[in-house]
Amino acid sequence: MFDTADNTAEKFTQMFAAILLFAAVVGIILFIAGRFGGRRGDRIVAYSYLAPTLLMLLVGLVYPGIRTIYESFFDAAGDLFVGLDNYKTIFTDKDQLTVLTNTAVWVLLTPFVATAIGLLYAILVDKARMESFAKALIFMPMAISFVGASIIWKFVYAYRPDQANVKQIGLLNQIVVWLGGTPQTWLIDWPVNTLLLIVVMIWIQAGFAMTVLSAAIKAIPEDIIEAARLDGVGPWGMFRFVTLPAIRPAVVVVLTTIGIGTLKVFDIVRTMTGGQYDTSVIANEFYSQSFRSDNQGLGSALAVLLFVLVIPIVAYNIRHIRQSESL
Amino acid sequence: MTTAAPPSASLALEAEKPTAAAIAKRKLTSPWASLAAIVIAVLWTVPTFGLLVSSFRPERAIKTTGWWTFFTDPVVTMDNYKAVLDSQDGAGLGAFFVNSLVITIPSVIIPMSLACLAAYAFAWIRFPGRNILFLAIFALQIVPLQVTLIPLLTLYVDAGLANTFWTIWLSHSIFGLPLAIYLLHNFMKEIPAGLLEAARVDGAGHVSIFFRVLLPLMRPALAAFGIFQFLWVWNDLLVALTFAGGGDAVAPITVALANLSGTRDTAWHLLSAGAFVSIIVPVTIFVLLQRYFVRGLLAGSVKG
Repeated sequence: MFDTADNTAEKFTQMFAAILLFAAVVGIILFIAGRFGGRRGDRIVAYSYLAPTLLMLLVGLVYPGIRTIYESFFDAAGDLFVGLDNYKTIFTDKDQLTVLTNTAVWVLLTPFVATAIGLLYAILVDKARMESFAKALIFMPMAISFVGASIIWKFVYAYRPDQANVKQIGLLNQIVVWLGGTPQTWLIDWPVNTLLLIVVMIWIQAGFAMTVLSAAIKAIPEDIIEAARLDGVGPWGMFRFVTLPAIRPAVVVVLTTIGIGTLKVFDIVRTMTGGQYDTSVIANEFYSQSFRSDNQGLGSALAVLLFVLVIPIVAYNIRHIRQSESL
Repeated sequence: MTTAAPPSASLALEAEKPTAAAIAKRKLTSPWASLAAIVIAVLWTVPTFGLLVSSFRPERAIKTTGWWTFFTDPVVTMDNYKAVLDSQDGAGLGAFFVNSLVITIPSVIIPMSLACLAAYAFAWIRFPGRNILFLAIFALQIVPLQVTLIPLLTLYVDAGLANTFWTIWLSHSIFGLPLAIYLLHNFMKEIPAGLLEAARVDGAGHVSIFFRVLLPLMRPALAAFGIFQFLWVWNDLLVALTFAGGGDAVAPITVALANLSGTRDTAWHLLSAGAFVSIIVPVTIFVLLQRYFVRGLLAGSVKG
């Protein structure tokens, strides 16, 4: 059951065997736990309930994490200690600097644009007819894989040579032609290509922003709104002085959450350009260096950099999740 | 974070009293507000719609004319779907689709059952080191997958598991555990202690309390995590690409699609149909279980 399966039936057999194996592990733990009672028994029960989880997390997350940090100080093959050379490469090499620039553009643009669109849409469809249907339209891309979304947008950006009898099949180029322009190879030229990849991420994340912010808007207490209205606060003032302060914690959570997701974006870049034409970002470069160029040291350093960049955002996020928990 | 739907009792009231947003909206009232909403809605649906229409057009038509010409010259065919699923002379996506199912189901069940045990221990048993362990597991949620991949791959190769489903099942289970424990623990904590106390007085041990009292109450939380994890695993590319290789023995449909997009990036008849074969499962789940889906998504937003 630990071999490679050859056909469909064998694959499903292997799947059921795996599920049964884990069910058996859980069963044995429950059986052991069932034998103990009282205070001291409680401890044995607790630790046996936690044993499989702790084992998996130690071997699968903690050890590999530490190991990667260690590897980031070694050369491509992982044999020779090179100190901080890999990190120096990230911050001085020309290609790597492009990667850093792109990542910065991604992280600065995506959260704010996606959140702004999500917030605008949440306000626009609030209390509208067919509100939940209108929301589902924007939210649907969240269910689609990044790979699927990339293919959808690659088709929008599709280019065919600008000749007399050749028609455009990509919507964007057709719109350009309708407006009297010449079709472009959108994914070739920096920085336009990176911006167009960012559009895909915004398209996916706006639904998330809209859903969270819509829930926050609906949770604003009636009496505050009523009081502001009696004071004669106008529509813009209502947004500026009532809605926005009330949903501030939710906005911060959305911004930081999308920021973290954007920092780790890999699928979109890989599917749309493969990181060519100066579109690579840290997460994609990590994959290329580790598994394509076999530069384990540099790959590890990129992964560690990703980790380090995520920490402050997460810390900030957790503080605000605590505050907005009452929403 | 929770997105509790407003209780139905207050719905009638809300219909009369406008929310702050409704008042803010009045500024942009009607024509402009509606127009902006429609523009966003169109921008968000047209790209998907265009590819969907294309997937039913003949190969030649897709490659020479835009999908919008479909409305003046409608020709419908299922050939693209046949070609993309066929393993003889097509892309053979059928085998990858099976792999996606085989990968996803255990990757949801395993972390869910292990997390139930762990969450129970954290929520209802007192033992030394409880708080520090819980905090540590909570913190592990933020570790980016990238940090773990190279050493994990080495471990799998050493254990002789390379290129089997086990690499992916174990990886997704491990990566899913912190979130599952956090989510289930929070939910279990909400259950009134009196309920457990009553069962204990009746002589129930940990095992029967768990199965008879807690499990039936946990359904919403299990559903929320289950759906989040299902979509996460089904839509994953990075983990699969790292551990599964590219062949149809283990790799899921996302890997097959990504490779197709890289090697035959003008084969739109295959790409369009292939994309929808992979999209149909998560979107169906989304439509059927939207409520749980949103809840799981909000809870899991910092993962991975």
